[in-house]
Amino acid sequence: MRALTRGLLGAVGFLVVWELFGRSGLVPLEYLPPPSVVAVELSKLLGDEPFLRDVVATVLALLIAVGLSIGIAVPLGLVLGSVPAVRHATRAVVEFLRPIPSVALIPLAIMVLGIGPEMKISLAVYAAVWPILFNTVYALDELDPLLVETARAFGAGRARVLLSVALPSALPFVLTGVRLAATTGLVVLVSVELLAGGSGGLGQFIMEARSGAGRMDLVLAGTVVAGVIGYLLNEGLERAQRRWVGWGSATGGRS
Amino acid sequence: MTAMLEVTGLGHTYQAKDGAHTAIADLSFRVGAGELVCVVGPSGCGKSTLLRTISGLIRPSKGEITLHGDEVRGVPDDLAVVFQDYSRSLFPWLTVQGNVEFPLRRGLSRAQRRTRAAEALEWVGLSAAARKHPWQLSGGMQQRVAIARALAYRPALLLMDEPFASVDAQTRFELEDLLLKVRAEHDTTVLVVTHDIDESVYLGDRVLVLSGSPASVVADLRVDLPARRDQVTTRESETFVALRAEVARLLNVGKPAEDVADRRRVDEHRVDEHRADERRADEHRAARWAEAERAETERAGLVAAHERDDLFSR
Amino acid sequence: MTRLSGFLQRWVVFAGLVVVWELVTRAVDDTFLPPPSEIAASAHELWFSGPLSDLLLTDTVFDHVLPSVGRLLAGWGIAAVVGVSLGVAMGRSTAAMQFAGPVLTFLRSIPPPTLVPVFLLIFNIGTSMQLATIVFGVLWPILLNSVDGARSVDTTKFETSAVFRIPRAQWVLGVVLPAAAPKIFAGLRVSLSLSLVLMVVSELVGTDNGIGSQLLIAQREFDFPDMWAGIVLLGVLGYALNTVLLSFERRALAWQPKRAERTPATVED
Repeated sequence: MRALTRGLLGAVGFLVVWELFGRSGLVPLEYLPPPSVVAVELSKLLGDEPFLRDVVATVLALLIAVGLSIGIAVPLGLVLGSVPAVRHATRAVVEFLRPIPSVALIPLAIMVLGIGPEMKISLAVYAAVWPILFNTVYALDELDPLLVETARAFGAGRARVLLSVALPSALPFVLTGVRLAATTGLVVLVSVELLAGGSGGLGQFIMEARSGAGRMDLVLAGTVVAGVIGYLLNEGLERAQRRWVGWGSATGGRS
Repeated sequence: MTAMLEVTGLGHTYQAKDGAHTAIADLSFRVGAGELVCVVGPSGCGKSTLLRTISGLIRPSKGEITLHGDEVRGVPDDLAVVFQDYSRSLFPWLTVQGNVEFPLRRGLSRAQRRTRAAEALEWVGLSAAARKHPWQLSGGMQQRVAIARALAYRPALLLMDEPFASVDAQTRFELEDLLLKVRAEHDTTVLVVTHDIDESVYLGDRVLVLSGSPASVVADLRVDLPARRDQVTTRESETFVALRAEVARLLNVGKPAEDVADRRRVDEHRVDEHRADERRADEHRAARWAEAERAETERAGLVAAHERDDLFSR
Repeated sequence: MTRLSGFLQRWVVFAGLVVVWELVTRAVDDTFLPPPSEIAASAHELWFSGPLSDLLLTDTVFDHVLPSVGRLLAGWGIAAVVGVSLGVAMGRSTAAMQFAGPVLTFLRSIPPPTLVPVFLLIFNIGTSMQLATIVFGVLWPILLNSVDGARSVDTTKFETSAVFRIPRAQWVLGVVLPAAAPKIFAGLRVSLSLSLVLMVVSELVGTDNGIGSQLLIAQREFDFPDMWAGIVLLGVLGYALNTVLLSFERRALAWQPKRAERTPATVED
């Protein structure tokens, strides 16, 4: 209770500081509009259809990207995690690919894929695959050999073990990966929309608000919405994880 | 004999939301200079609270504690504590020597610190391990490091909180003898808190028997055993056997058969209560004394997940 | 498997893939997909064909690559100093975290690039805007992991330090900081790779200078080998920075019993 009150006080304090700073004249008012102005714009935007369409475009692209990432990364992770030879062999490739920032691929992706939604989704997938892949592989590392032996003793074959033992015990880890993938994917999507535009979305809204009329109040309202989406994603997936795969914490699930 | 430690009318009550919990009712005792006194009592009777009030970590709700005549307010500067959990009380990032030198910063040169640490490590027989890290040592050896650290500090009073409860039986005997040897050689005043009856009789010049929670002194027994003690013969001696039986009786352990069932019910009930009390007390200490203790709910808000990014670089 | 054969196996596969890539791209002969040999040639032309007095490095390296790396390290460094000191201080105070927790959680949920327009206005185009973008983006993992690390100091260590009356400075530097170090390093690792991303983002909008803007120019001029070379350079840079930080971490945390497993970050993006 006390923590809640304090948290609210903290949030109010933050808004007050921002308001005062915005009105202090240290920076021009139109550069950093105070929360009172942003809040009004935000409430208007929430009833504004083109804006909502942008939000939906971003969220939809994110869902598709995360879905594709799961489809790619989980099977790949199962292979890499259960066949050590493949894992060792691909290690150098992975180490080389992973540090390439997805935003650096924007120019290339534009050339190859154009500026439609498939371009930003591809880049988001590129970024979102890694956390799921690593967590899946890690989950198989952590797999209790006793479970596998028990299943084997009951006559389960390799495929059966993978499906009915390895996959369920990997679930908490995979979900952690999905959560990280979702937040990373959001960052990449918004960045691509912001930098390349062309396919709608929250990022493009922010960029147009800025470059057209220089409406920083709209920029900040869009930013707040992006923050809320990110927060809800993270919080929602964390709750889902706690509720559905609560056993994961007991077995050391990275959550 | 002059009193090194004097506890008068000590009482402590934790204030909690769901009511107050009295851990210590009314305690009075003295410890003479050079004495080794064992405080024995059932689990959760407030022994830890007692130790924390003496060491100045907690301010008692009533009563007075004086250390060589000065009232204890805050942590006195010539007091050392050996905690039960050596794995936590030692700093894993420091070597054994670093751990022993750790409290010696004030007013000592580097060379002096080094000498003192080397000396203390020699007392506990760990000179060879000075450069190792705690985790490279066995549990018993780690607790020796903690003892060496306390000794190097040259405390007027050495407090020990269940010091040998986390080591195996064999090691425990060794450490008990080590403590007796060290304190005979250096004439240290020691107060040991323990729940082990045998240990209290074996180690102590005196044994203070505490009642269950809230703690008060039930008996103050003089241990008439020779200063030189031995794990085998001392424990066989009549004095030892008689004393340990007396302490056990005072603590309501091992009653005649028909009593046992009754008692056990009551005891279990009480133990449960004690545990709940202890837990409450612990929670309190945690809240007040260690902000490090984190509420799970609070964590949930901020603590997200861990990503493994090192699978391919192992 | 021995170390050596593992090493060989990895790099043989890697080399094999590069050869396959070379053959495929030659066979396809697509302008978008230049063969690796051509990329290597452009990389050489771009960066390593300078005068001997400059160690063969070209002006591009001095005008674009090094400034980029400099901004990345500066932004990351500022975030590290601010994040660790603030995080350790806040982590030791329950009240501070209760007040600031929700705000921090929200701020870290904001995709950092969305604030680029704000920073562009306030700082104008240039280094300070780029630094602001990097600092704002990478601060949170460092800050929140430091908070978590500082909280992880257990009660016994607190009481031990209190009983021996160690001075405040020694408490912070000698107990809290080392205890938090594994978490802090985990946060630093996460934010280093994030810095690379934000460096590129800030250069794609903010300047005519840096690796990111070079990428953009290559794209506009349809110079695909140059563009690919830039991407490869970023990958190598990310790998190198991470390796350096890791070796430093290994040394700093050598006291840890097991080095087989790295402490995972609490908060990532």
